[in-house]
Amino acid sequence: MVNVIADQPAAPVRRATEGPWRTAWRKLKRDRSALAAFGVLVVIVIASLAAPLYARYVSGTDPFVTNLNGEIVVDGTTQPVLQPSTEGLGLGTTPIGPTWRLGPYLLGADNQGRDVAARLLYGGRDSLLIAGAAAVLCLVLATFLGVVSGFFGGLVDIGLSRILDVLWAFPIFLLAISLSIVLIAQSIWIGPFEIRSGSLWLPVFIIGIVYVPYVARPIRGHVLTLMQAEFVTAAIGLGASPWRILWRDIMPNVVTRIIVFVPLILALNMMTESSLSFLSIGVQPPDASWGTIIQDGQGLLYSRPIVALAPGLAIVITVLALNILGDGVRDALDPKSSPRGV
Amino acid sequence: MLAALGFRLGQMVLVMFGISIVAFLIFFATPGADPSARIAGRNASQETLLQVRHDFGLDRPLPVQYGLMMNRLFISRDLTSFVNRGQLVVPTVTEAIPVTLSLVGGAAVLWVLGGLVVGVIAGATRGSFVDRALMILSLVGVSVPVFWLGEVANLLTQSRWHDTWLFSWVPPLGYVPLTEDPWGWFKALIIPWFTLATLYVGLYGRVLRASLIEMMQEDFIRTARAKGIGERRVLLHHGLRTSLVAFVTMFGLDFGALVGGGALLTEVVFGLQGVGKLTYEALQTLDLPMILATVIYAAFFVVMANFIVDVVFVFIDPRARDVR
Amino acid sequence: MSADAPLLVVEDLTVSFRGDEGLVQAVGGVSFTVKQREIVGVVGESGSGKSQTLLAIMGLIDSPRAVVSGSIRFMGQELIGLNRRALDAIRGRQIAMIFQDPMSALTPVHTIGNQIGEQVRAHEKVSARAARARAVQLLDAVGIANPGRVVDGYPHQLSGGMRQRAVIAMALSCNPVLLVADEPTTALDVTVQAQILELIGRLRDEFGSAVILVTHDLGVVAEVADQVLVMYGGRIVEEGGKGSVFRTPLHPYTWGLFGSIAPMEGERPARLAAIPGAPPSLSNLPTGCAFGPRCAYHHDDCLVRPPLVGAGGHRAACVLPETKRRHLKIQKAAGLEMQQ
Repeated sequence: MVNVIADQPAAPVRRATEGPWRTAWRKLKRDRSALAAFGVLVVIVIASLAAPLYARYVSGTDPFVTNLNGEIVVDGTTQPVLQPSTEGLGLGTTPIGPTWRLGPYLLGADNQGRDVAARLLYGGRDSLLIAGAAAVLCLVLATFLGVVSGFFGGLVDIGLSRILDVLWAFPIFLLAISLSIVLIAQSIWIGPFEIRSGSLWLPVFIIGIVYVPYVARPIRGHVLTLMQAEFVTAAIGLGASPWRILWRDIMPNVVTRIIVFVPLILALNMMTESSLSFLSIGVQPPDASWGTIIQDGQGLLYSRPIVALAPGLAIVITVLALNILGDGVRDALDPKSSPRGV
Repeated sequence: MLAALGFRLGQMVLVMFGISIVAFLIFFATPGADPSARIAGRNASQETLLQVRHDFGLDRPLPVQYGLMMNRLFISRDLTSFVNRGQLVVPTVTEAIPVTLSLVGGAAVLWVLGGLVVGVIAGATRGSFVDRALMILSLVGVSVPVFWLGEVANLLTQSRWHDTWLFSWVPPLGYVPLTEDPWGWFKALIIPWFTLATLYVGLYGRVLRASLIEMMQEDFIRTARAKGIGERRVLLHHGLRTSLVAFVTMFGLDFGALVGGGALLTEVVFGLQGVGKLTYEALQTLDLPMILATVIYAAFFVVMANFIVDVVFVFIDPRARDVR
Repeated sequence: MSADAPLLVVEDLTVSFRGDEGLVQAVGGVSFTVKQREIVGVVGESGSGKSQTLLAIMGLIDSPRAVVSGSIRFMGQELIGLNRRALDAIRGRQIAMIFQDPMSALTPVHTIGNQIGEQVRAHEKVSARAARARAVQLLDAVGIANPGRVVDGYPHQLSGGMRQRAVIAMALSCNPVLLVADEPTTALDVTVQAQILELIGRLRDEFGSAVILVTHDLGVVAEVADQVLVMYGGRIVEEGGKGSVFRTPLHPYTWGLFGSIAPMEGERPARLAAIPGAPPSLSNLPTGCAFGPRCAYHHDDCLVRPPLVGAGGHRAACVLPETKRRHLKIQKAAGLEMQQ
């Protein structure tokens, strides 16, 4: 009953209200752990991209060539890279352990005499590239499917949802494994493109596809909710065309969700890729990824554990950083949280 | 309500059917993939290939192949392995089920309890040091690849610290049937249980904490506080009880996926001959009938888990009972 | 406790929140008294601080950024700073609160009977069966049909009006001497509103409770209140008996409130009158009288925060000289709009 319509503002406003992107950016800048995580990721990416430089200037050996008879100089004495084993029955050889010195075999050698540290960097490159490419594929496809499904509804929605459901009913892992095994053995053709077996595109394709339902369903749900929202109804009432509603009302809201998904999907992809590579059905030799190196290190687990430990640790650090960043991004984009946290 | 259940059941059967078709197609009909070539081995002669095709019915049209496979799988259950000639597929799978169930079941108990404790304590002490510490630990738990953690566990318990009092009791890798030796069964599974549970405790702890915090902002929590019943009761009886819905849903799905073979990495690393390991070995040797059997079994479990989750959901959330 | 002793004495209550840009003062030095079996209506618009005042009384402000100062004495006991256990002994038992939105006020996963019984058993030693029986009684007393069935039902099965009744029943379950209600009828349709108000009116007679009723609706106040408090910008600007305030309002803001009510008789106005301007920003309150910037009679004396002045229990926080006030009131009554 009391009607207080503002004809004139009572007091001057201090500053223009800031848009949601500015607020998010401001919040993110204040989030120290997210910034630290981002820094760690940058370091990891740079180090991985610098792999060829490392191999050339620091370790000196080609990490993809076996070096069974190599020798290196440690503390003035020359030692063979693969030494007679002192464990168990004394048969076989044990690779040299970490020298902890910047130079050849910083982290020691694997059972083929290759420099572990150099392989670690190359492996990082492959792991990161695959995770990134698969994430792009997944997000693009999932957004497309989710938005189309939610926006158009009806038969399109039902059809797409059923497909996604069946895809999702497959335990992700089994689906990835199945596809990998079938496709790894020979090349496949997608339209005019041939993906050769052993190409890195295969894991990208498989990992990208497998997580599509995981992202598509929430996006579809979000789009459905948005379609019911009053501001969309208002836009329709004002006579806006479907395209306009899609681009100006729906997509900006969906973009927020997608951004939150980016670090998450990257982390999931890395875990999946390493698992597949560990099982020998992801990245194929001669390429190396952190997962394959762990696999390499399995046989050496009790005698030279660093070969398996180092890449695993690398994965933990990278995925942890991605998760922390993911949390930070999500908190920053949440309109309800304050810049101070809590 | 019965009509709704019946509908769900029907849907389940349809999805199962769809999955069996997809599985069949992936393995038997991928363009460029010729099962007979794999079975016969490399460089097999044309006659051998033809012979193999005929023996295994691979020269029949696809739908017929599908029908035959399904028949051998479910009805006559005499499907034999392509690789280990003569090995009956179905009994092998059924023998592997208790192993997987033991592994996943035990881990599930650990991770549910762990997740509840972590989630509730972190949610209740929001912003405190305890909360932050728990969340960091959870985050680490989620970031560790389970197979690597298993390797590290093995390194410590089987090799490095095996001779110390800490881990001398750890038996060599492998499964001990419960019926044979309960204590041995337990000892063999403890380390795998903790390894598998780590990831999920982290995940569930975080989800529960977030859910609880969101729930505690709701109006009905304010009403509950105004009743003067004590904060602990408000948190548990009102906050947690309402958050449980999401928790249970997640659990049902994860449990189903794991039992269906998602635990294969853990099984491989610890040498437990469960369904996951079976699947993996079958995949490596491209033992198609075995693959088909395990994949369908896996999917069945997932779908079954979905169904059970739906049913349980109706019981724990009264709002769901009337909407149907 | 003697029949004359006041039930609740609030003195200089201040509630502020530490925000990003400084202190936001939701309640700025509010003082009032509630007597036994009295119905006090608190009127104000959104942002006037009325809800926060209630929450402060109940001790339900638990944001870590809140600062509550002043004194709230309930039956002689100081509530501000009271430890949780003592607070829980009083809450739900001697002071009960009902909230604005009945749709979300009850926990969705427990039955109505469970939730009412929980409150009873938290404060009294009764068996589950006895608690359930009491719940049925209460549901019946608030006018719910089929109480025996509703008690085992869930909140989502009831309509808004029924839910609010159930909430009221729950609040009354331990016979509180003071019931605090935050806009209990705002979310309901008019017909249901009338029923709920009638119920609240009966509370005093049948249950002996005092009621603090917060609303933005003058009609509600006219219906049930004995005392009226008008709040603006976190402060009380006028207080007094209902009849007195409605017949001879003293504060320009109150004039504005009454003036904006569409008249029942006489010529139909061309526009609905409104108070020009907008409510003040709570983080940036004007110096002196909070209503100053919007008041047509604003002058230099208003730059100092005015105390409540008046006689006979009817006071207003306004420094307009008496004579001028009466003159302006007559102008107002003659139907002249407020001019800036």
